[in-house]
Amino acid sequence: MLNKSKTSTPLEKLVDSHENQAVDQHFNFAYLDERTKRMIRRAILKAVAIPGYQVPFGSREMPLPYGWGTGGIQVTASVIGPSDVLKVIDQGSDDTVNAVNIRRFFQRTTNVEITTQTQAATLIQTRHRIPEMALTEDQIIIYQVPVPEPMQRLEPRERETRSLHGLAEYGLMHVKLYEDIARYGHIATTYDYPVLVNHRYVMAPSPIPKFDNPKMHMNPALQLFGAGREKRIYAVPPYTAVESLGFEDYPFEIQRWDAPCELCGSRDSFLDEVITNDQGGRIFVCSDSDYCESQQNDAESSSGSTTPSGLKHD
Amino acid sequence: MPLDTQSPILRATGLNKSYGDRAALIDASFELWPGEVLAIVGESGSGKTTLLNALAARDQPDSGSVEFQLEGGALTNIFTMTEAQRRLLARTDWGFVHQNSADGLRMDVSAGANVGERLMALGQRHYGKLRATACDWLARVEIDPARIDDLPRHFSGGMRQRLQIARNLVTQPRLVFMDEPTSGLDVSVQAKLLDLLRQLTQQLGLASVIVTHDLAVARLLAHRMIVMRRGRIVETGLTDQVLDDPQHPYTQLLVSSVLQP
Repeated sequence: MLNKSKTSTPLEKLVDSHENQAVDQHFNFAYLDERTKRMIRRAILKAVAIPGYQVPFGSREMPLPYGWGTGGIQVTASVIGPSDVLKVIDQGSDDTVNAVNIRRFFQRTTNVEITTQTQAATLIQTRHRIPEMALTEDQIIIYQVPVPEPMQRLEPRERETRSLHGLAEYGLMHVKLYEDIARYGHIATTYDYPVLVNHRYVMAPSPIPKFDNPKMHMNPALQLFGAGREKRIYAVPPYTAVESLGFEDYPFEIQRWDAPCELCGSRDSFLDEVITNDQGGRIFVCSDSDYCESQQNDAESSSGSTTPSGLKHD
Repeated sequence: MPLDTQSPILRATGLNKSYGDRAALIDASFELWPGEVLAIVGESGSGKTTLLNALAARDQPDSGSVEFQLEGGALTNIFTMTEAQRRLLARTDWGFVHQNSADGLRMDVSAGANVGERLMALGQRHYGKLRATACDWLARVEIDPARIDDLPRHFSGGMRQRLQIARNLVTQPRLVFMDEPTSGLDVSVQAKLLDLLRQLTQQLGLASVIVTHDLAVARLLAHRMIVMRRGRIVETGLTDQVLDDPQHPYTQLLVSSVLQP
């Protein structure tokens, strides 16, 4: 496993196999009808106008189950145009089942150009990661959100959480962090780590690792969030302050690893632990597959070596 | 004392509330002075809790006004304030001790977080200080500070009630509402809680409104009391005076109904 084929990666093959597929004429462009897209765009505009505020919208039934990114897909479908270049990732990777299926869905219904390269994409739909490569002003990143309400665990009444947002009463969020420190000695929340957007609304950043939280701050790209089951859209406009909550004596911190990525040697990307055999062998590799690949290619072209660091299988 | 003691801290005027065609509260008016403990007594269904909820702005009365003396000393009608102001008031200058501790506590978070919640809502962002304050308050309500990380779920009824009190008093409110704080506790625990309440109200110069059906609680804690029946205030006066020399027939009945062991 994890052998890198030099000719074409499985992902490239997979992309090729769909490239020639004609757009399905049975559907409107991007599946949703134009009125629905307008309704969703209105919600998006409102969300952009009030950074971090959860805008209700009339979420539609989509041809895949809730929890598979129905919110993100509807947002993507409303903003996508024929000239867009789409990248879809799931936990940082372009070739996992969720990403593959959403990509295929948009190929069938829009026939837009697709890519796995972060810098080539104009639209990036993501499940639970932000690409390692810095985004630009020309890009939109769309997050799939399972639970849009950051306080839901502590305050199940939605009427109450709405007024807490309205009055900016966010003591509850710190109760959660306090509990973490009291129980584990540090803030043990590692994903979906609550953030304060534009100094006003507390927002759930979707289950991205807290490693990615600092990337949201002052990001040049437009960040859109869609929750299909909960029927909410929210947004972080370009260059908006996004602050991760914390205590003065227990500030927000991102995850760190002792080892670099086994494949590309990167020390500043989010690493996944991969079990390699039954004897407890394990390696750490980049979660962002595109970033990892480009790092390896860079290393190859500069040094001329074929294997970046060598794989350990013991 | 920075308060203006020349004027009442709370003034209710002509409060009415009905549920459908059933009147729960009819023309209730009274004043509460800084540092004063007022008991509202009466049998079940007499409108005690309705009155308390109206005073604490938890339920809007049909007519009448409730004025509260703000920090500046001005009496302000709490129903003309914005919701934001009212909620700020409710978590800084006011406290509310519920009859059922589960209504007033977060049962799924530790005792320390329960005590610290109001402070965090007010912007306290230092974990060490929050914890120190929580320990201090747990000790003041006679809960072992070693139990700071335990859930209220694992506390006894009396401890939960004391935790609720600590949670409310941590912001040093000026007015505390209590709805049957001792009911459902056995007598020795009741006695301890009453002792604690009396001590705390005296130390902190708290004004409080206590709803109770237990005349002994009123006798121990309250300076003044209000007797209610069928939504009306039938008698008011100093506690000893009302209990020892009741004037209204209903009060006489109430006082004579108490078992003398």
